[in-house]
Amino acid sequence: MSQSTEAEVGTSTTAERQAVTSQPGVTPSRDWVIVTRGIKREYDMGGEIVRALRGVDIAIRRNEYVAIMGPSGSGKSTLMNLVGCLDTPTAGEYWLNGNLVSSMKDDELARIRNKEIGFVFQTFNLLPRATALHNVELPLVYAGMSAKQRRETAAYALERVQLTSRMHHKPNELSGGQRQRVAIARALVNSPSILLADEPTGNLDSATSQEIMKVFEELAEQGQTVIMVTHEADIAAHARRVVALHDGQVSSDTRRERFVRENEQVIAAKQ
Amino acid sequence: MLFFESIRLALNTIRAQKLKSFFTLLGVCIGVMFLIAVVSIVEGMGRYMEQDLIGKLIGVNSFELRHRPNINMGDVDPSVWESYRRRPRLYHDDVTPVVEALPEGTRWAIVSDNNLPVSSRYSGGPRNAQISAIEGEFFAIRKFVVAEGREFTPQELAMGTPVVIVGPDIVKRLFPGLNAIGRELRMGGLPYTVVGVLETQGSAFGLSFDNQVFAPWQSPVHRLLNRVPSIIDAVIVQVPTASQMTEAQERVRQVMRTRHKLRPGQPDNFSLQTSESALAFWNKLKRYLVLAGIALPAIGLVVGAIVIMNIMLVAVAERTREIGIRKALGARRVDILSQFLIEAATLSTVGAAVGIALGVGLAKVIAAISPLPATVAPWSIVVGVALGAGVGIISGVYPASRASMLDPIAALRQE
Repeated sequence: MSQSTEAEVGTSTTAERQAVTSQPGVTPSRDWVIVTRGIKREYDMGGEIVRALRGVDIAIRRNEYVAIMGPSGSGKSTLMNLVGCLDTPTAGEYWLNGNLVSSMKDDELARIRNKEIGFVFQTFNLLPRATALHNVELPLVYAGMSAKQRRETAAYALERVQLTSRMHHKPNELSGGQRQRVAIARALVNSPSILLADEPTGNLDSATSQEIMKVFEELAEQGQTVIMVTHEADIAAHARRVVALHDGQVSSDTRRERFVRENEQVIAAKQ
Repeated sequence: MLFFESIRLALNTIRAQKLKSFFTLLGVCIGVMFLIAVVSIVEGMGRYMEQDLIGKLIGVNSFELRHRPNINMGDVDPSVWESYRRRPRLYHDDVTPVVEALPEGTRWAIVSDNNLPVSSRYSGGPRNAQISAIEGEFFAIRKFVVAEGREFTPQELAMGTPVVIVGPDIVKRLFPGLNAIGRELRMGGLPYTVVGVLETQGSAFGLSFDNQVFAPWQSPVHRLLNRVPSIIDAVIVQVPTASQMTEAQERVRQVMRTRHKLRPGQPDNFSLQTSESALAFWNKLKRYLVLAGIALPAIGLVVGAIVIMNIMLVAVAERTREIGIRKALGARRVDILSQFLIEAATLSTVGAAVGIALGVGLAKVIAAISPLPATVAPWSIVVGVALGAGVGIISGVYPASRASMLDPIAALRQE
């Protein structure tokens, strides 16, 4: 115990996580980027209450690389929307980088999304009529940055994903892997607290998937907190920690080594 | 920067979808076009009325004593006409008392006129012309300039020498290809010598101001102009500054009331006509014309607004995913709202700009092919642009607010 409190960069222990998630109302210390305490999300589908999340406790420390896994219907999309501040929970607390997001209004959420979260989507979600550079500039537009500074910052972000040469191309002139790298550059351009990827390889072939996973790996090594939502075990196996969801609850929360051991056959079959 | 970004986006959309944009903008375009054209023509007519027509007929800082007004625009009641008809005429004997009553520094002139045939031996049959018998400083008051020859001398005016000053049209018709100075023309069978030719005055509504002959009132010509030779049509008075108008008019009124033996309380049985009184009706008419010029294009603008609203609703539906992306990346409601508002305003301002260009063109074409004058009023262009932006913003409010209220999750899910 005393050894593990000496926090190794990019890791957290079960005990530490339990400690931080079991103190409702207390602002988590600065090194916890994400803390959820019993968050629930219920939808009213024509009189029938659908309980997508039934009390989820998750704590993610700065610099962790976490995969959230689960079959469809497990609530992982709902969790991702909540973590991404696109939605607010019906009950429970959600702390993002010391901000109590669960009680925020629309415009505050927009500001948090702009500053703290970098989204990477399965379908890339680039603006089709805008160039790569312009797509990457977009978060900076809403951050209120001047045009010149915006250009420089966006160009640098594209350089980080090795796309400087494709800067002035439109999405339909880029390959799938290039599009996803533009999306990653856009996600990183505001230096967000977390990079939040939703099935980032879902629309890519396996070779390109490996390429994108390598980019994620490098970012995690550089100290970027990465959260990746996926239903594929071989992709989840790239993360250093895997949180599995089942029926709207966390069913397991393990280190990569144990996850790989337990899912050896599934992962091997894919590769 | 979001502002310019939105304008750029809107312009790109217009460029990418030319035909659709054309139909979208047609309503606003036509509305603004007619606004500009109608206002230009009304303005042109107004300027014309004020500066050219009435200015030439009456003159600056001056008024005319007449037995009834000779410029009647608009409705005059039959009973009013009847009372005009019963009014006593002005006689040459009235002139001296009126002139004596005028303040120091005032110019005066008398005039009688009629349309009569004039002939010369250098051309065929007689031609009709406006013939005026004048006395006093007529040319100075009317700002008529003698281009060739000379004005009448005081002796000619006093003696009634048979000399005339003519307009350029008379020279063209009666002395084709000749120098008119020193030659003779005939009116009522008597010869008159041309001593001067006036500068051209142009025309109004097809009526030439150059088909005129002036002679001293005392010459025999005055016998041709009125049934009773001693009748005069008008005494023209010009004061040095506008502030003296009222006093001069009051003095003339008192003299005439005394001469016509009017009791206090009886209305004047003569008229003091100013350029303002002649313009009063025009100003009333102009207000209606401007109102019509604004009300009719307004229909076009309403149609334009509805079309733009429709197109913007379609745009919001088509671009739901884009809105979702923008929201996910941190766009607030107000950012999305203003983006679509600016886009709608840009669209319709482009329509208005095209409408302004077409309207100016239309006004110019109308002015070229018809006697209607046209002056493009700068304020109408400002109004046109403002209307364009206004129509866009108003018709953009509903679609833009719908866009801004979209739930980002649902918007992102849309294909």
